[in-house]
Amino acid sequence: MSGPIALGPVSGSRPMAIRRPYWTACSIVLGVLALMAAAILLGSRISEYYYLATYTILQFVVLGTAWNILGGYAGYVNFGAAGFFAIGCYTTIAFTKLLQLPLIADVLLAAVMSGLVGLATGYVTLRLRGVFFSIATLAFAIVLQTIIVNWRFVGGSRGVYVIRPDVAYFFSSYAQFLLVLMTGLAGVAVLAALAVEKSWIGAGLAAIRDDETAAETSGVPSLRLKLIATTLSGSLMGVAGAPFPYYITYVDPSSVFNLTISVNAIAMPLVGGTGAWWGPIVGAVLLGSAQQILTVTISSAANVLFVGLLLVLFLIVAPRGVVGLVRDWRRGRP
Amino acid sequence: MNVTFDLLVNAIVSGVILGGFYAAAASGLTIAFGMLDIVNIAHPAFIMVGSFLAYFGWNVLGIDPFISMAAFSAAGFVFGRAFYRAYHWFFERRGDEAVQGLAFFFGILFIVEVALVLIFGVDYRFIDAPYLGPTLSLGFVVVPWRMLIPFLVALAMLGMMHSYLARTFTGRTILAVSQDVEAVRLVGADPIRSKEIAFGIATASAILAGVLLIIIQPVEPSVGREFIGRTFAICVLGGMSSLPGTLLASLLLGVAEALTATFVGPSWSPAVSFGLLLLTLAVRPAGILGR
Repeated sequence: MSGPIALGPVSGSRPMAIRRPYWTACSIVLGVLALMAAAILLGSRISEYYYLATYTILQFVVLGTAWNILGGYAGYVNFGAAGFFAIGCYTTIAFTKLLQLPLIADVLLAAVMSGLVGLATGYVTLRLRGVFFSIATLAFAIVLQTIIVNWRFVGGSRGVYVIRPDVAYFFSSYAQFLLVLMTGLAGVAVLAALAVEKSWIGAGLAAIRDDETAAETSGVPSLRLKLIATTLSGSLMGVAGAPFPYYITYVDPSSVFNLTISVNAIAMPLVGGTGAWWGPIVGAVLLGSAQQILTVTISSAANVLFVGLLLVLFLIVAPRGVVGLVRDWRRGRP
Repeated sequence: MNVTFDLLVNAIVSGVILGGFYAAAASGLTIAFGMLDIVNIAHPAFIMVGSFLAYFGWNVLGIDPFISMAAFSAAGFVFGRAFYRAYHWFFERRGDEAVQGLAFFFGILFIVEVALVLIFGVDYRFIDAPYLGPTLSLGFVVVPWRMLIPFLVALAMLGMMHSYLARTFTGRTILAVSQDVEAVRLVGADPIRSKEIAFGIATASAILAGVLLIIIQPVEPSVGREFIGRTFAICVLGGMSSLPGTLLASLLLGVAEALTATFVGPSWSPAVSFGLLLLTLAVRPAGILGR
């Protein structure tokens, strides 16, 4: 025999046989294209409100899916979703002020920036017990908010107005353009989650979630996998926030660093179910549309309370979310 | 800004006094998080509940906050025990505390905050008891009674908690639960009951800290968020499961915040605790008194 026995993953070998989910990926792409086509064909025939409402739900699909990559697959709870969202948002503002880049470029820059911050946060805290990561994410969001409040260039505590550029190409309104963009981003996020879930990364993260010590002893490179997950998760959260300034047109720290965003990012995957890529989508559509209806019919305070109550209710009654309910139902079916 | 000696001494004195109050706010978390391993993110929300109970007691029922605080913390003790029972039944027993339990506390934090906003509104509320107005001047050091009395009450509470944990049988089982649950069973104590009582004490201390908070400064529901970072920073910096460590860390944080507010600007002081927390986690996760 030559050389020591290699501990850890040997390149080329895969821990388990994984079927590639090509059909699932194809249907996700088809779904995204269908939604885009519907938005473009409907044009100005429906009220702009529907575009903005759907945009909000899709934004939460991205946020919830991003949260789930770390929280659901690896079991590391991120309380600072609003912080990463804000990085995306303020990246757009800063680069719009500096260079007047197109929004697509801002989205890519936001992905890089928040991904780097995610990597740094993970690097600082992931060597410790998982709960310290959660507390650090909470801390991180507040530190970031303090920095933004004191940073005049991006508006400081007074906030900043963002002017929507003219509508380009074949879009009838800017709201429609934002919706099509967010649909594409949601597609990218869900495909990324699917790729993680069905690959050796997802298998490794699941092993970490179940028993980190056991996973490490059997050769799962836990720190590296967790860093991949925090980077990807943070990056996608930033992507969700990047178009937000153009959506809301007036950005101030208290509307971006909103606890409601962090709670939604946690509630949607947990209500939908953290075990599968479609859980956060179900949760976002369910909670997102319910909140839209409640905001319109009752009040925005009521919708915020509703999210919290539904989250706690699901945690107690159905801790595996809708995904868990569906799986139980399938198993119980004769 | 030029650093004068008067300003420096006043900042340090007010930092120490503020730190004493922070110790009261964080002691319950030291018990819940450090000793019982329950990551109670909702602890600051319980502090807010205490503040608004005191506000309600003073402005509606006309009861002095220093009298009502005893009744409110007793109620907090009973509530905390029931709350822990429910948490244990739904999460700890299932082994779900890592993700679901954490999210549960986050949900509770959020619900309490929104409920307080719906009931009391987003205006700042305060208690205007006449004896809180004057200040105590010792030379050039000025301390308002509004700060000094809560400081003394906080120290008394901390002393009581410490001697309860160190002297009584139940108190010692609480300390033991954090180290070895089996050993607690072997000496004939029920670890779940010990944890239940400990969580009751933690909640009672949060309510009491809330009453002290609204005596010190005006309060609105989202003020609680500042205390998430403060209490957790203190808890980690103090070595997780030690009340003397908690006091030391609180005084440090109080002085650091007061100096920042005086010499850099008050808008930077929320970042002090969180920055300190991140720094502690990165450099010395065992805390200052940690082993």
